[in-house]
Amino acid sequence: MSDYEHYEALVVGAGPGGAAAAATFANYGIETLVLERGAEAGSKNVSGGLIYAEESAPYTIDDLFPGFREEASERPITKYRIHNLAGDKVESFDLTKLHEHDTEWSDSVLRRKMDSWLEDRVHERTRETGGGLLTGVHVTGLLREEGKIVGVETDELDPITADVIVAADGVNSELARDAGLMDWDEPEEWFQGVKAVVDMPNDVIADRFDVGEDEGAAHLFSGDLFQGVRGGGFLYTNRDTLSLGTVFHLDSLVAEQAEPHELLDAMLTHPLLAQWLGDDYTELEYSAKLVPDSKKVALREPHFGRLLVVGDAAGQMQAQGPIIKGMNHAVTAGALAAEAYAQAKSRNEPEKAGTRYAHLLRSEGVMQKLRPRGYEMFRGVTEDDGVTDIVESVLTSFVGRAGIRALSGQLERLYNVPALSSMIPDTQTPYVTLPTVIAEELGTPVRETSSVTPPSLEERIGDLTYDTDIGNPHITVLDNSWEASGAAVAACPVSAVDFGGGCYREELVRTNGSEERVVSLDTQPCVECGTCAVVADTEWTHPRGDKGVEFKWG
Amino acid sequence: MHTVVLTKGVPDFREGQVSFDEDGHLERGKTPTVMNPNDQFALEAALQTRVRHGGNVSVMSMGPPGYKEVLQEAMESVYADDLYLVSDREMAAADTWATAITLSAAIENLDEMPDIIFAGFKTADGETGHTGPQANWCLDMPLVTHVISLDIDEEERTLRAKRLVEGDIEEIETVEVSLPAFVVTDPEFVPSYRSAGERLTLKDLRAATTERAPDYEDYLTVWDHADINVDPDYIGLDGSPTIVSSVDPIPKAPAEREATMVEPEDVDGMQEVLEAMQSAVGGDAAAAEGD
Ligand SMILES: Cc1cc2nc3c(=O)[nH]c(=O)nc-3n(C[C@H](O)[C@H](O)[C@H](O)COP(=O)(O)OP(=O)(O)OC[C@H]3O[C@@H](n4cnc5c(N)ncnc54)[C@H](O)[C@@H]3O)c2cc1C
Ligand SMILES: Cc1cc2nc3c(=O)[nH]c(=O)nc-3n(C[C@H](O)[C@H](O)[C@H](O)COP(=O)(O)OP(=O)(O)OC[C@H]3O[C@@H](n4cnc5c(N)ncnc54)[C@H](O)[C@@H]3O)c2cc1C
Ligand code: SF4
Repeated sequence: MSDYEHYEALVVGAGPGGAAAAATFANYGIETLVLERGAEAGSKNVSGGLIYAEESAPYTIDDLFPGFREEASERPITKYRIHNLAGDKVESFDLTKLHEHDTEWSDSVLRRKMDSWLEDRVHERTRETGGGLLTGVHVTGLLREEGKIVGVETDELDPITADVIVAADGVNSELARDAGLMDWDEPEEWFQGVKAVVDMPNDVIADRFDVGEDEGAAHLFSGDLFQGVRGGGFLYTNRDTLSLGTVFHLDSLVAEQAEPHELLDAMLTHPLLAQWLGDDYTELEYSAKLVPDSKKVALREPHFGRLLVVGDAAGQMQAQGPIIKGMNHAVTAGALAAEAYAQAKSRNEPEKAGTRYAHLLRSEGVMQKLRPRGYEMFRGVTEDDGVTDIVESVLTSFVGRAGIRALSGQLERLYNVPALSSMIPDTQTPYVTLPTVIAEELGTPVRETSSVTPPSLEERIGDLTYDTDIGNPHITVLDNSWEASGAAVAACPVSAVDFGGGCYREELVRTNGSEERVVSLDTQPCVECGTCAVVADTEWTHPRGDKGVEFKWG
Repeated sequence: MHTVVLTKGVPDFREGQVSFDEDGHLERGKTPTVMNPNDQFALEAALQTRVRHGGNVSVMSMGPPGYKEVLQEAMESVYADDLYLVSDREMAAADTWATAITLSAAIENLDEMPDIIFAGFKTADGETGHTGPQANWCLDMPLVTHVISLDIDEEERTLRAKRLVEGDIEEIETVEVSLPAFVVTDPEFVPSYRSAGERLTLKDLRAATTERAPDYEDYLTVWDHADINVDPDYIGLDGSPTIVSSVDPIPKAPAEREATMVEPEDVDGMQEVLEAMQSAVGGDAAAAEGD
């Protein structure tokens, strides 16, 4: 083998998945190098985010990183409610039981703070093994020798080889794609998350949400406020900020040609939120990122040769009804991948690390959560267009409405059944129709009016920090025809139809009397969400290390 | 590898820091002293050498006791093992020649002769760029100036450097010299760390520096002229052949000028611009238009 720089284990990405993998390797005394593209871990990351420690999980973040809850997270979430909205009518259910199911604890987090805290610990522990953690290094792809994966290539460093490589590089994993494990072709397989972090003093939070120092609230929103796009909104309390955001099925967003920032604004300005947001709305940060739907993309065999793929990179992001569980699974998978390698090595068969890892994911019950059997079994029926149409028309009919009224005492309990929520079909019904009908039939009108004026897209972009890689755009449009790439103009969270300051723009090109509708791209305002990798025809990569957007909150 | 970096304190010329009196003279008392910005590149070069080849870095300055903080700044910005301040009333008012004699004597006074001495390119106040080369004239090592990158072969004890010819970024030559050598870094110098191991070492060094910089005085040695064995006649004002006869302010451009904006599409307007330019340089607009 050529004389490349070599480490025993190489971890790409310092999110929760990468941090867990690296800490576990270090626990086994394995020399580990971690490469992260951001200037600091967390500067590229966005989450809702409630991190769960599941009772059934073999590894949780505080097992691996003592002191995590005290130093890196925001608040324990002790109240969990969902609000079904129709016009100004609201019917709310308490979902604390569902939230507490299989939950040892659940805290709200902000990713810049959380990941940078993890970064220090990971560096310290991997340094003792002879490796360490480096930021500002963008891994561009796999290094192969004689067709076999042996290491990685980067923008900043000479190629590096390793005995085991853990791809924890998140959604839009360049490594998973390079290995042929993931493609970015189907919008059905992804959600798009958009988020705003809002300033709010600790005592105001205590007052408006009725929570003590070690308590926090989560509020979820669904119904008719999102222009029929499948998905919902969330509001989580942090220590002295709020996290508000939306998560929508990407295919639905594209089909409705909805503008993500407008959907977020629809929630922010809804009268129900006036009681919490008051009249002093100060937005600190606007951000976005794709979210994989594990039900459809979680890799059953997330490995290839020496490469083990964990977390979002392997599609391990579970939407359990309204509850979003990505970070916890990334932690578990990261630790299991490292454990699998250590076990395989001790049996003198390190080449079996990948299959061992996949085996552990199954035997520890992770796979069953990511790809629930119930969903797989019923999907054929519940997502069948004909069946959906019937359900929709019954539900909205007199009979359906009467049924909802009859069920009124039971609905809250049904919403709290974990098995049901993990089987929710991917149709209009659970996201839009059912909540709307519930609110129409059972809801009471909200009295408050909203005085929130969210910033414009231009202001939001203006408030973000960028280190632009001038002359070296990280995304190029391969086919700029409207048919191939036009969807990005609306779907890109920092672009909009009739807005000139975003990434994607519509342009009319006149040639010899005929007019062609095309798109143009300027990556300067890009928040690296990954949407256009899926909905447009692009050559998509992340920017070089340290370059691009820098989130302060995440 | 043992390297020495020469650095000087200069007035902080940044907006909001620097202060001038009514006659346009610098008010030194009111202007903070900072490390000469160009010396950052010399420090980076020394750091790169240490990261790649191990050893230690010493930072040295000749100047008043207030330069201690400049040395602290140098230690904070890159790792430095020890600091030397050459300071004494006899050294005051030195020109570049006397400064060079003092610095070279101090270098020779070190326990061990360094492998490389780094100096910056020009200070923000004196701006002669003489001090480095003159100091080396006394030390008599191979000298490479305008260095933008360097590679060292420890076994062969050679240094290979890329340098700008005549300070021109368009023209780069590679030279090889034997060690010990004297290197003047160009502001275009870019350190390069292409291996993870180097970057990890760099991280270790930065962490260690952050820890020791507050106690920089523990690593500081102060020498006067007797310590470095120089004759007071050859240093400071007495040793300076340069005589400053007078200092004249650079005349300022008139604050208010008249401007007429002309759009490039405006043909008549552009013609007027052309005529105005021709008359300014004494040409003939009509002739220029002719062909
Ligand atoms: C709006 C929104 C709300 C969400 N809400 C929740 C929630 O409430 N609870 C929950 O558990 N999950 C939530 N998620 C999902 C969760 O954020 C992810 O599942 C989780 O972050 C995945 O962790 P990871 O370690 O796999 O990847 P990431 O956290 O994305 O980390 C990947 C890391 O790799 C780095 N990287 C990427 N590419 C490269 C490269 N080529 N070279 C070097 N470094 C690279 C990145 O900079 C990043 O630091 C939400 C997501 C979004 C967008
Ligand atoms: C014409 C003239 C007259 C002067 N007269 C006086 C005077 O009367 N009184 C007075 O106080 N000063 C005087 N000076 C300033 C003094 O000579 C210079 O500041 C000093 O010699 C350094 O020269 P420089 O600033 O041009 O540095 P340069 O030669 O431009 O510096 C190049 C590099 O040399 C190194 N270096 C320079 N000076 C030092 C130092 N002191 N310690 C360590 N490293 C150093 C640094 O690495 C620096 O980047 C005069 C300067 C000139 C040009
Ligand atoms: S350009 Fe693409 S990756 Fe960047 S913000 Fe827009 S959709 Fe997301």
